Amino acid sequence: MEVRRLRKVFADDPRPALALLDSGASKAEVLRRLNVNVGVVDASFDIRAGEIFVIMGLSGSGKSTMVRLLNRLIEPSGGDIRLDGRNLTRLPKRDLVEVLRRDMSMVFQSFALLPNRSALENAAFGLEVAGVDKATRRDAALRALEQVGLGAYAARYPRELSGGMQQRVGLARALAKNPTIMLMDEAFSALDPLIRTEMQNELLRLQREQARTIVFISHDAEEAMRIADRIAVMEDGRIVQIGTPAEILREPADDYVRAFFRGVDSSRVLRARDLARCDGTTVLLEDSDDRRPALRRLSELGAGYGYVRDPSGRFRGILSRDGADLLAVEPAAGDAPVHALLRRVATSPCPLPVVDGEGLFLGVVSRAALLETLDRGGLGDG
Amino acid sequence: MDEWLAETIGGGIGYWAEKLVGLILDHGQPTLDAIAAVVDGFGGAIDGALLGAPPWALGAVIVAAAFWRVGKGFALFTALALGAIFAMGLWEPTASTLGLVLASTALSLLAGVPLGIWMARSRAADGVGRTLLDFMQTMPAFVYLIPAVMFFGLGRVPGIIATVIFAMPPAVRLTALGIRQVPPELVEAGRAFGCRDHQLLFKVQLPNALPSIMAGVNQTMMMALSMIVVASMIGAGGLGNVVLQGIQRLDIGLGVESGLSVVLLAIVIDRITQSFGKMR
Repeated sequence: MEVRRLRKVFADDPRPALALLDSGASKAEVLRRLNVNVGVVDASFDIRAGEIFVIMGLSGSGKSTMVRLLNRLIEPSGGDIRLDGRNLTRLPKRDLVEVLRRDMSMVFQSFALLPNRSALENAAFGLEVAGVDKATRRDAALRALEQVGLGAYAARYPRELSGGMQQRVGLARALAKNPTIMLMDEAFSALDPLIRTEMQNELLRLQREQARTIVFISHDAEEAMRIADRIAVMEDGRIVQIGTPAEILREPADDYVRAFFRGVDSSRVLRARDLARCDGTTVLLEDSDDRRPALRRLSELGAGYGYVRDPSGRFRGILSRDGADLLAVEPAAGDAPVHALLRRVATSPCPLPVVDGEGLFLGVVSRAALLETLDRGGLGDG
Repeated sequence: MDEWLAETIGGGIGYWAEKLVGLILDHGQPTLDAIAAVVDGFGGAIDGALLGAPPWALGAVIVAAAFWRVGKGFALFTALALGAIFAMGLWEPTASTLGLVLASTALSLLAGVPLGIWMARSRAADGVGRTLLDFMQTMPAFVYLIPAVMFFGLGRVPGIIATVIFAMPPAVRLTALGIRQVPPELVEAGRAFGCRDHQLLFKVQLPNALPSIMAGVNQTMMMALSMIVVASMIGAGGLGNVVLQGIQRLDIGLGVESGLSVVLLAIVIDRITQSFGKMR
């Protein structure tokens, strides 16, 4: 899904406000000068197939408006939304309905289940609206309920279910028609923390089974960091930064973004591969049966040890200057979260080597690099 | 100045009203006849069914409804109430009044619910509709009884039509209110999953407005009941007629008996229809 120059102003005649925005005015300025509320200021981004794209920001930053522009629950004032080569913003209502029935579904913060329908009937709603016959939609709805672990509750009504279960039904309703894009508007924000974490895991599990494109709105930095492949941070109707969680933690675009993620425990977000690097003090050695050239190199450089790789780049071990044998050190996996490495890095005599899934050497994590990261991630107050 | 104003404007309105009624009488007779035929056929069918059925059968149906919708205690009350009406010898006019109320309510809903839906969706319709409803509710009934008689003659038809005019507004208002009060996120959900307008109405809005609409049905029935004496003045018959007889003959006994029958019938109808307004 490609979004280009998407804008929304809440006015009967949007032109003056749009012109003012195009000349670079801020949301506050447009409100002061024209008394027009601005929802989204000139947003352009791509959402990749199969990723969880989190849009986050404080309340009033325009994120809820943004997600409603994507399925035109709110009509955009300008810009394009392209999906599979079609421009959704230009689509007549009649064709838009077809796209909504087939390709998109939505999960709401307040669950928005129909109280007069059972869980099964709620889950079947999208298919029913699309005119799918009764037996087929029943099967699909039941499968969706089973996917979210509510197969046994199909006959229950929403008021008989807890908040978490209601949102599972909401999720099942969104999954039942097998959409390519799911829009989730603060889907877990109304749930208490324990259930919220459970639902996040559920979502990640579903995503592992079948990767869908998910646009997830959240104001919760921890949540965004946990589930996002990429995050877009919004402030006052603008997107101020788009990047992976690690990128945003490492290089926040401005103080707003930095402040937003201050409370986040970066050691749970960042992975070993994000920290792994080779600097001047990292000595890389070629593996060979004859250790002498390598040892000679170490002494030339005045280094105490070096990291040995085979010709294809796989990590073999660490060679120390005073020992002729390779030390078989267990390298850290690139995907391991940093918090799982803390003890090893702290107790290891040398920086910890990191490898990817194939065993290729990615770099090392030193104590200094680790401490610096933890500090920047906001454990310290600087 | 005052007199001039009164004559040109005030007199003007009266003059034009007379003109309008005259115009309808002169040119609208086929339409009026058609309306009369439909209303008479409908009202007659209900009346015929209620009066044609043996009292015990009709009574049993009502008691069963009371038991199903409300409960054991109220079913007992209903049985006693109907028994009392029968014992007072007022079964026939009561059944006839029930028929009038049902016919008027059905017609009120037929016109009122769509009007309410329209008012909930369109601001313009809402503005015009509100004014119209204010007229219908506050214009003294006797004012439109006269043209009603001129249009439709005496009998059941003008009685039903006058009752519909008086009793329809709550059905309209509560339908519009109910639809407007459907939580916006449910409407959003409907739209997000690709509902067309009619699907949104029938699958999301009306089911969720049902308690409010049923409250409207209840109110419409109560107001229809309160019109029966006025309606009987133009020949609608039923319990209203008996009440009128009591007044005319200064027969306190008959007045109290017929009045009590109206009250008992009202309680039974009220409780049963109210039960539909509660979400199960």
